Amino acid sequence: MHPAKSVIFFTTATGAGYGLLVALFAYSLLGEAPADNSFTWGAFFSAFFLIIAGLLSSTLHLGHPMRAWRALSQWRSSWLSREGVAAMLTFIPAGLFLYSWLTFGMTSVYTFLFGALTAILSLATVYCTAMIYVSLKAIPAWRNLWTLPVYLSFSIMTGTVLFNFLVELFAVPTSRLPLYSSVGFLLYGYLFKGFYWVFVKSAPKVATIQSATGLKASSIRQLDAPHDSANYLMDEMGFRIARKHARKLWPLSIFFGFVAPTAILALSFVSNLGGDVYPAGLALFYMTIGVVIERWLFFAEAKHVVTLYYGEEKV
Amino acid sequence: MTCLPENPSGKKLGLVTDLDICVGCHACAVQCKEWNTNGISGPLSDTDPYGADPSGVWFNRVHTYEIEDQEDGTSRTVHFPKSCLHCDDAPCVTVCPTGASYKRAEDGIVLVNPDTCIGCKLCSWACPYGAREYDQAEGVMKKCTMCVDRIYNENLSEEARIPVCVSTCPAGARHFGDLGDPTTDISKLVAERNGFDLMPGMGTAPVNKYLPPRSGAARTKALGAPRMLSIDQPPKKKAGRLTSWIDQVLSGGKV
Repeated sequence: MHPAKSVIFFTTATGAGYGLLVALFAYSLLGEAPADNSFTWGAFFSAFFLIIAGLLSSTLHLGHPMRAWRALSQWRSSWLSREGVAAMLTFIPAGLFLYSWLTFGMTSVYTFLFGALTAILSLATVYCTAMIYVSLKAIPAWRNLWTLPVYLSFSIMTGTVLFNFLVELFAVPTSRLPLYSSVGFLLYGYLFKGFYWVFVKSAPKVATIQSATGLKASSIRQLDAPHDSANYLMDEMGFRIARKHARKLWPLSIFFGFVAPTAILALSFVSNLGGDVYPAGLALFYMTIGVVIERWLFFAEAKHVVTLYYGEEKV
Repeated sequence: MTCLPENPSGKKLGLVTDLDICVGCHACAVQCKEWNTNGISGPLSDTDPYGADPSGVWFNRVHTYEIEDQEDGTSRTVHFPKSCLHCDDAPCVTVCPTGASYKRAEDGIVLVNPDTCIGCKLCSWACPYGAREYDQAEGVMKKCTMCVDRIYNENLSEEARIPVCVSTCPAGARHFGDLGDPTTDISKLVAERNGFDLMPGMGTAPVNKYLPPRSGAARTKALGAPRMLSIDQPPKKKAGRLTSWIDQVLSGGKV
């Protein structure tokens, strides 16, 4: 599948934004978030900025961005529409969550209620994003048990590492919990991604050129394509460039997304470097590179069954 | 509304393609483009049409495959026209976030409303068959309309009210009719020739069917073609006297 830059930015940015809102709820619930208004403003601003920038970017790959509002109408059948509705709804409790945090404090019952609602809707939005991909039978690589846990865990992972950085940036950390949870969620996220990669490599093929054409013959070879040059289907569905480099790219994703940030964060708590914004920022920076590569591969590695008509033998 | 129709009429207008006799002339694809670029979905835009890397919107495409080791051990070339299959369980319709894609309850035709399509391309991802086309110039998705602007068009003579790919096929390889009614000629043809679905595992329940290529002997019999004469076979009809005499003279009296 063709990896559209706007969609990669959208899933990465909104995933981190919603993950940050979930982390804010979890830490407010535990009373472990810094009691510092500059942190609260900074964290909520970061979350809203990532979510809004992501949503705007997702409209850039549309043929008609100005009609994007119409996408909120078909929530009864379409996961894409449900994602849009969930994203819009999340803004309401998230705004109230910020308001009550600043007004009543992070441990007040209102903050808890609006925070819980924000966290639920945030996860629901990421759930809908993942389901857009899981629901597509024509792309067997995405239709597996791991796509959904990967999207949810990557959202929480990126949100938590970002939270850890913001705590260091805006306040003096009073707890090492953000550091520990960052390492924990990095492990958890890439564990699921590992299962996903194993599945994609080993999964049985669901369609063949025989089932695509219905022809009963042991060997079917495309003699003539419909056109002399590539068409829309081959550009959008038959994207090959990254698939060719997948073997090089997924170790890079693991290195940048998991090994480097985990090592930096682990070192900073072993060597008492904690409380420093630089390792937290560096871990966030490396993780972002790793996650962007992961998202790129997610699209580029996935084969669409329509490629069977254009020379693939099995998908 | 992009939910599939709750109360479909049972009428399923569709196409049947006979892979046995398609000659791969691409006339259906070209005529389809010609009609539809002027029809309700038109214009079907092209990019770089006369340049080195032309690309454009086509509702019909013809692939050609070389198949070896069929069940009877023979090999052959199969021309394979492909257009929207107007699936009963159309995944392109249900994924549409705006309601632009819809399946008509009255005849099962799947259409796109170009005024509400946002061009997100998700329908093209959902379709296993590559029936959805993105029009770069207009920023919307387009697809085969089953020539809805012909088949109900009262300005055309009755025999012309069929999809243009069917009317233009010089080999008679494409058929049009109601596949929801088992008593129609097209449904009987599908039953008789073991018509099949493309990628049944995708759960799309396509309306359009394909008829398989027939083996040499079965096809000869079905078409009523004459048996090939053997060189050793004595001619059935005796030659006339004059012919026999000439034959005798020219053969040196040996016959």
